[in-house]
Amino acid sequence: MMIGSRDELKAHAERFRREMAAEKKRVLVCTGPGCLANGAEKILQEFQRHAVNAVGATRTGCHGFCEVGPLVRIEPDDVVYVHVKPEDVAEIVETTLVRGEVVERLVYRDADTGAAYPKESEIPFYASQTKVALSNCGAINPDDIGEYIARDGYQALARAALDLSPDEVVQEVLASGLRGRGGGGFPTGRKWMFARQAKGEQKYVVCNADEGDPGAFMDRCIMEGDPHSVLEGLAIAARAIGADRGYIYVRAEYPIAVARMKNAARQARTRGLLGANILGSDFSFDVTIKEGAGAFVCGEETALLASIEGKRGMPRPRPPFPANEGLFGKPTIINNVETLATVPQILRRGAAWFRTIGTETSPGTKTFAVTGQVANTGLVEVPMGTTLRDVVFGIGGGVIGGKKFKAAQIGGPSGGCLPEQLLDTPLDYDSLKKAGAMVGSGGLVILDEGTCMVEVARFFMHFTQTESCGKCVPCREGTKRMLQILEKIVAGRATLDDLDILEQIAWVVKESSLCALGKTAPNPVLTTLKYFRDEYRAHIVDKKCLAGVCSAFKSYVIHPELCKGCGKCRKACPSEAIAGEIRHPHMIDAAKCAKCGACAEACAFGAISLE
Amino acid sequence: MTPVEAAQRKFERVNEIIEEHGREQSALIPILQEVQAEYRYLPEEILTYIATAMGLSVATVFGVATFYAQFSLSPKGKYVVRVCDGTACHVRHSMRVYEAIRSKLNLRDGRFTTPDMMFTVETVACLGACGVAPAMVINDEVYGKMTPEAACAIIDTLLNRDGEN
Ligand SMILES: Cc1cc2nc3c(=O)[nH]c(=O)nc-3n(C[C@H](O)[C@H](O)[C@H](O)COP(=O)(O)O)c2cc1C
Repeated sequence: MMIGSRDELKAHAERFRREMAAEKKRVLVCTGPGCLANGAEKILQEFQRHAVNAVGATRTGCHGFCEVGPLVRIEPDDVVYVHVKPEDVAEIVETTLVRGEVVERLVYRDADTGAAYPKESEIPFYASQTKVALSNCGAINPDDIGEYIARDGYQALARAALDLSPDEVVQEVLASGLRGRGGGGFPTGRKWMFARQAKGEQKYVVCNADEGDPGAFMDRCIMEGDPHSVLEGLAIAARAIGADRGYIYVRAEYPIAVARMKNAARQARTRGLLGANILGSDFSFDVTIKEGAGAFVCGEETALLASIEGKRGMPRPRPPFPANEGLFGKPTIINNVETLATVPQILRRGAAWFRTIGTETSPGTKTFAVTGQVANTGLVEVPMGTTLRDVVFGIGGGVIGGKKFKAAQIGGPSGGCLPEQLLDTPLDYDSLKKAGAMVGSGGLVILDEGTCMVEVARFFMHFTQTESCGKCVPCREGTKRMLQILEKIVAGRATLDDLDILEQIAWVVKESSLCALGKTAPNPVLTTLKYFRDEYRAHIVDKKCLAGVCSAFKSYVIHPELCKGCGKCRKACPSEAIAGEIRHPHMIDAAKCAKCGACAEACAFGAISLE
Repeated sequence: MTPVEAAQRKFERVNEIIEEHGREQSALIPILQEVQAEYRYLPEEILTYIATAMGLSVATVFGVATFYAQFSLSPKGKYVVRVCDGTACHVRHSMRVYEAIRSKLNLRDGRFTTPDMMFTVETVACLGACGVAPAMVINDEVYGKMTPEAACAIIDTLLNRDGEN
């Protein structure tokens, strides 16, 4: 059914709202990545099998609180059940859906206080969040455009296409102060203005959904939970700069996101919300969903454009900026998923509203993927400027297992590690930059005292070295040399001179690389050197790993009281480092031992351990 | 079927895929993706064929096929096991899971695929399933909160399932 005008859009919204209201209760089963891996699909099927009158059971995108998934929420009661299993469904149906009571044993309980929180809005994890980009995630069926329209979806596009001139759209976004959520934090309105002013008949808009930062999954969740918000945002961007064609470049590792985006585009096309003369205006626009092919560097905007063109995804120097010479040489803007998902709300609620959230220079909210050694793993959205402490200890519930906090790794491989003394840093573009880190995509990995910071730096360098495209020398060679030195340090073979060289190379790579992959690759090294230099020194000078992680400083030992002298370990050892007579305790020659662990695996008596 | 007929059959499907996407260079990556879905890898003679059919140089097509991690120029196993080694999984000890599977399947040194072509074991940078770290994906199925033991048990299930058939 076509929606050809604003009145028809309103009528549709009314009708969808009535349809949804006819369901006395709605069961919202989270099928975000975490819950899905824990069997959410089966739970949904169980609900559909147990269908009761006037109850709708639907899949939704990520509810955010991955730690306690699979999650099920029941509306309008706002009751949430955690760690739900398919076997629990019958009881939920009987107790909550039929009798309207709460299943106490499935309610979330605070691990420390034991307090029970049956309602989502009261759970501390949710209570201090502000949802803008994620406002529909977990609340609607992402495969049904009607539910998006019922929640005022496509009203912002109606305003952009019917009420405002393209320049006014740019002005509104400019006034909101929205900055790119993809990492750089460049003002979105400024980018649009450049592309608006660029000369050319043909222009393009591109959504960067390559989300390559390990530890970030907000873009995935937005696409899977609320795909129409991304489409609407992209269409508004197209209206602003005068483009009639858009691309959404989705990471290949996200097949569900690809399917949801394709389905959403198909539905929007059927309703006339994509295509010619949208809502009866003179604005025409359509999109193509492109799948990436597994290259981190393709998240960089010029590399991404090369990839859409069917080439090797390598960055090129800027200027010319894509706003002037982008896809197929035409003026193009590239925006991140979360940036675009925020745009419709700005147009609907106004720039002034947006500025009431966040800080002066970083208005609005930001989603963070809180992971690692933290009690409440999940996806959270908070006003910019919220402190790291509030996110880690408030919403995140602190470090898991009562261990001590050591650092927060923020911004992925291009970000940095912030130590305890910087816990009060406000999470906004400028404060984080000052601390040597960056907002990046919003990956926030919590590290506890059992983490070796040198190993963490090595881990990230291994990642960037592998993903370096090889076009420019500083990044190609520099990341390789830095990785070699870091490997030497964790292996206990480095000298203090190596540390100096590491630092020197880090600065050279930072200052002379072609794209931001190289420019930011040294950040994990530089921040760990800045805040955890003693750990580097301990590896080099004292031959010790303070966290007890690096195996170079450990050796395998056979405990004579447990060893039966069976000889299995001797046979398993590929280095012939084990000797001993049958039925007498064996011994490991540390000089020959390669620390492969084959002996410990072979031992049936648990007599061999790494100490 | 004679070898010549088999080869023709092979290229017929490639032709269909090319027809569907067109011969612009921007269609190259989607074409390679679909061809790989069909053959589970990109055989060299097919890459050469695609280059000729699309009017691109063989170097261009090989350049693209070797740039992206998704493309494989050698055959993969029936089950592709990818252990996530993104940051969240790494700090929750994903490498122990990876090593346990490799050692269970006797994969040493530079080998990633078992000789019987049943399993390919790799790492992947991030699956976006950080909420259930460490995560692992086998073909399209995602498994969360992995331990070395749990992962090996899953491999066992697959081995048994195939043993029965
Ligand atoms: C190596 C590298 C990887 C990047 N990966 C992404 C990504 O996955 N998603 C993203 O939106 N931006 C990524 N960016 C940033 C983009 O180049 C670009 O700045 C961004 O998409 C612009 O959108 P925004 O202004 O809405 O943030 C990456 C940059 C670099 C250098």
